[in-house]
Amino acid sequence: MAEELTARDFGTAPAALRGGARESIGVPMLVLCGSYLGFGALVRESGLAVWHGLFSTLTSWALPGQVALIELYSVGAPLLVIASAVALTNARLLPMAMTLMPTIRGANAPRWAYYAAAHVIAVTGWAAAMRICPTLPSEQRLAYFAGFSGTLWVSTMGATAIGFALADTVPAYVTLGLVFLNPIYFMLVFASDLRQRSRMLALVLGSVIGPPLYLWSPDWSLVIAGLAAGTLAYALTARREVKS
Amino acid sequence: MSDYWWPFVVILTGAAATYVWRALGIALSGRVSTDSRVFEWIACVAYALLAALIARMIVFPIGPLAETYLADRLGAAVGALAIFFLTRNNLLAGVSVGTAALVALTWSRTIF
Repeated sequence: MAEELTARDFGTAPAALRGGARESIGVPMLVLCGSYLGFGALVRESGLAVWHGLFSTLTSWALPGQVALIELYSVGAPLLVIASAVALTNARLLPMAMTLMPTIRGANAPRWAYYAAAHVIAVTGWAAAMRICPTLPSEQRLAYFAGFSGTLWVSTMGATAIGFALADTVPAYVTLGLVFLNPIYFMLVFASDLRQRSRMLALVLGSVIGPPLYLWSPDWSLVIAGLAAGTLAYALTARREVKS
Repeated sequence: MSDYWWPFVVILTGAAATYVWRALGIALSGRVSTDSRVFEWIACVAYALLAALIARMIVFPIGPLAETYLADRLGAAVGALAIFFLTRNNLLAGVSVGTAALVALTWSRTIF
């Protein structure tokens, strides 16, 4: 992916929007849509309507939180429990938005545009924007991200509906595979981005301490693991930089 | 409230609990520049949070995956990583092998 690190220019912001939309079409979109097929099937198996699934993808668009919500709802959990579980599952969006923002910031866009773009922050578009936006002229970055992630968002709406429609016609094993697609896909997206030592260490530490922490505190394990492993990874690599 | 409308309330509540993080991230990002140390620390926290989430989805899954064996899920995940690196970061090959491996392993439990 070294060629993507060289400077690029779409010419104008609208062209960057179209360019982002075009470049979102590919394997990541295919795999993400596969994951949302699994979500659509899960919605149906939980006894909910297709509109519930579509409304969830439209308003939330953060798959692990959507899955947690459907699961907890189907076992009859109270609203407050569901809301806090979803919030703690999606806490990653805060540091993701904080690091994306300076990467896509340009002089020409109004502030509300960034709050609108924040709604489509998700792993695929974030990872692409963090890699590609620094190579673009600053006024094209927000447009590229919006085109890329917006297209993914719309396509996952379609996938949710199709997954719902297919749920009864495919064997349970297919649904199983589609639900497993999401964690495997996330894992590989990050396995391919190991250029910076501090972030690689954060990934390794987070995945190692996450599961034991979950046994200790199912609710808070993600937030604690993120802060602890992230800070430790940062501290260990920052000290090394000073030494060398 | 009816069984039809109540889920919309639940989903909207979940959506609000999700969007709060997004908006807060934008609001707090004002004085962070990409080459600062704070940026690098926050990026590390984001990566660690994501890694912990992925590990949880594989080790302690909810939903249909909870009925599969941990050894099968770990085996499939390791297989996906191995194929991914062997094929020089081919995402499609990695996820295909990973999911197919879990389905095959789970299915094989029913015949042995």
